[in-house]
Amino acid sequence: MTEPANPTLWQGFAAVVKRDLLLAYKRPGDMLNPLFFFAMVSTLFPLAIGPAGDQLKLLGPGVVWVAALLSVLLSLNSMYLSDLEDGSLDQLILSPQPLPLIALGKTVAHWLVSGFPLVLVSPLIAITYQMPTETIGVMVVTLTLGTISLSLLGSVGAALTVGLNRGNALLSLLVLPLAMPVLIFGARTVALAAADDAVSAGVYFLAAYCMLALSFAPFAAAAALKISNE
Amino acid sequence: MFRHMWIFLHKLASPPHFYGLAAKMIPWFYVSGLLLIAYGTIAGLFYAPADYQQGDAFRIIYVHVPAAYLSMMAYSIMAISAGIGLIWRMKLAHAVAAAAAPLGAWFTFLALATGSIWGRPMWGTWWEWGDPRLTSELIMLFLYFGYMSLRAAIDETSKADKASAVLILVGAVNVPIIHFSVEWWSSLHQGPTLVREGGPAIETAMLYPLLGMILGFTLFFGALLLARVRAEVLHRERRSRWVRNLILGESA
Amino acid sequence: MMEMLAMGKYGAYVWSSFGLMFIVMVACVVQARSRHRKMYQQIESRLKAMDSTS
Repeated sequence: MTEPANPTLWQGFAAVVKRDLLLAYKRPGDMLNPLFFFAMVSTLFPLAIGPAGDQLKLLGPGVVWVAALLSVLLSLNSMYLSDLEDGSLDQLILSPQPLPLIALGKTVAHWLVSGFPLVLVSPLIAITYQMPTETIGVMVVTLTLGTISLSLLGSVGAALTVGLNRGNALLSLLVLPLAMPVLIFGARTVALAAADDAVSAGVYFLAAYCMLALSFAPFAAAAALKISNE
Repeated sequence: MFRHMWIFLHKLASPPHFYGLAAKMIPWFYVSGLLLIAYGTIAGLFYAPADYQQGDAFRIIYVHVPAAYLSMMAYSIMAISAGIGLIWRMKLAHAVAAAAAPLGAWFTFLALATGSIWGRPMWGTWWEWGDPRLTSELIMLFLYFGYMSLRAAIDETSKADKASAVLILVGAVNVPIIHFSVEWWSSLHQGPTLVREGGPAIETAMLYPLLGMILGFTLFFGALLLARVRAEVLHRERRSRWVRNLILGESA
Repeated sequence: MMEMLAMGKYGAYVWSSFGLMFIVMVACVVQARSRHRKMYQQIESRLKAMDSTS
């Protein structure tokens, strides 16, 4: 089982992703907690506001989106925490692989564990909100793009607050303003779809935002990790 | 000539020189700023003619627009200083960013509050979620809070400087996005309200007090910023020799 | 004079806005000065304490 002396960029990236996925597999809570939270928050609104069908239909897109946003926020704190605790963060920073690439690998793993399951479960929630089928399709697309953007933005916030006391609350405070455009466009695009309006503008915006986040978040997160770990 | 300018700028970056120079500049900024604000207030309140559509309520513009302008200028100053601090590792630049934050937050609050007060008689509502400027200004207030909270949470000054610098730069990319995204969204939907800042074609009698207020507030902000940076510098350099000489020398 | 204070029927709005402006200005000045004073005094007392023990 000899590995090459100089692993390629792709091998380094894949190794980071695999490691985090393996760690998450051993801690099922990492995936299940955000998922349960997502489901439970979504049920809070009908419980609080009453089951009137028209109301639910109106609320559906917004509720699903806010619940997804909050669930992802909750899961962000753990992105670098275990690495800090067992000392692997130092190793990651010192590794010959570019740190932005490592940050991107961790973000991808984080999305696969925390964001992607939400997207998969969202149609079930949408049905309870009486969302029509075509709308659900749009919702899945927007949630995919949105949760990826959130994981990317969140990685920067997590890197800035790793190891701080009460870092979790601060992390939410830092990430929320940056996440608002995603929420606005995501939820309202789904609402438009429910009203049979054109959705392409919103989807394009989400895709563009995702690309933008993809291009700068790994670098910002890498810089933040080096600063936090001084 | 350029040599002198370069030496001046170089000296400015040194904390003791900045501390002394700022002390001399502050009174000038305060006085000129307050004079212009006084002019703008009196002219705007009593001499500018009432607006055709909004009546006397439009006079709120003389507070609201300068406040909004300054809230964004403060953020830009913070972003530029943070960038300079990160790239050229100038301690003073980080001090400027730290000092500007509370001021920017105050002005953002003032812009939001006066905007809300203006909106009540004009739009019939204290707040309008569909309006792009309100939403993006509110988000900017949250960015200010996040910045100040992050700074407060990190004990070590240089770490706090760098971390908050990264934050403000990430937010700086986002501020135009936030603003335009909400604007595109509202225009996609032709929101129920039309933002008409400054009313229709603004005549000179209305314009000059406004310019006076904007310029006056900018100078006033400059004075406040210099004062806060001085306090910041004093704190950061508290163990240095020049501070020791300054303080002990003065109380000798 | 009363006409001026009334500001059409918008007196409350206009004056509360300018009042807020005044309050914010004063608050900023007071905050800046007290911060400087606090820093100065903290350093002064620490230096004096060090000097008296040396």
